[in-house]
Amino acid sequence: MSSPAATAACPECDGAVVFGRSPMAGEVVRCTDCSAELEVISREPLTLELAPEVEEDWGE
Amino acid sequence: MPARVAIVGGSGYTGGELLRLLLDHPGAEVAAITSRSLCGQPIHRVHPNLRGRCDLLFASPDEIPAVDVLFLCLPHGTAAKEIERYRGLAPLVVDLSADFRLRSAAGYREWYGEAHPAPALLERAVYGLPEISRGALKGAGLVSGVGCNATAMNLALLPLAEAGLIERVIADIKVGSSEAGAEPSEGSHHPARSRAVRTYAPAGHRHAAEVHQALGGFHGPFTLDVTVTAIEMVRGVLCTAHVIPTRAVEQKELWKLYRGRYGSEPFVRLVAERSGLHRLPDPKIVAGSNFADVGFALDERSGRIVALCAIDNLVKGAAGSAVQCMNVALGLPETMGLGFPGLYPV
Repeated sequence: MSSPAATAACPECDGAVVFGRSPMAGEVVRCTDCSAELEVISREPLTLELAPEVEEDWGE
Repeated sequence: MPARVAIVGGSGYTGGELLRLLLDHPGAEVAAITSRSLCGQPIHRVHPNLRGRCDLLFASPDEIPAVDVLFLCLPHGTAAKEIERYRGLAPLVVDLSADFRLRSAAGYREWYGEAHPAPALLERAVYGLPEISRGALKGAGLVSGVGCNATAMNLALLPLAEAGLIERVIADIKVGSSEAGAEPSEGSHHPARSRAVRTYAPAGHRHAAEVHQALGGFHGPFTLDVTVTAIEMVRGVLCTAHVIPTRAVEQKELWKLYRGRYGSEPFVRLVAERSGLHRLPDPKIVAGSNFADVGFALDERSGRIVALCAIDNLVKGAAGSAVQCMNVALGLPETMGLGFPGLYPV
């Protein structure tokens, strides 16, 4: 098995988010534990934040 | 060489599930399955899914052979009356009834309304939930079954209880019709049961005793209230436990607790996702399998923790846990014969 290119902690659940290749700034990934959508904020150091969610407007 | 096993009282739903699991178990050989009312009849008469899978006929309970493991699937209060006879037939007896679940004779009398027939054995029987009692199961001679609702509550709450985080918990349990067993009743009559949402135990359900015992003693450190409602479902239990914590917690701490407690458990899966269709445990997903899906959520406004667990009442809540216990007790791989992941969609 090849070793991961990078690993970061999920800001939501603290689970390990593993990248098979070098992450790109702005890239959106999903945590395999809690399924949170995460955005790569910076590469050095590798920092993830919750990606902005699409707001739903049901006509309220 | 596979272990020779026998099932006493095999005409009910748990007996059928046990047979289904054991027929495909590489470490077990089913030597006999008994039923007094169906003696001499083929198994598929009451377990039609096993047609062509088992040549055995139901045997008389008076003719049980000596085996390595004896599973008792008898009505509550029956196994304990003849337990010494059964223990003489096998070095390991797994009783799926409620007879040996509680350690205390006084507790048994309180919750089951009568004196226990064999109180001296209560302390020696091992509670049959490996996630709690794995160490004591190794080499055990008498193992109790588990209550299905109790199992859903225990697994939902265990990490919180061990961390001392529960001040008060109200467990709302939703159950399917197979929990009532194979014997028909007024309540199981189709016009009465179909599409019912019937709260049949608003308070005082017996399985609360197992949770008190497993997580903190009969009059343990937290208050537990249980309400059970029968819904439109054949298999399954969903426990939704509303926990008032002893202190404020954060979602990350819950993840740490549950991940730490269940990370190496082969049959407990964490389901607590932020998005998607299957965000939290659902009994439909685990039907037919030995998996317990456990999830949690935090109400950030009130601080309430919602702890959930979904199981198949007949598998993880009965026969599957019993086979898992046999595996541990005999030193077999714990997951042997229990790998079926369920069906989707179903």
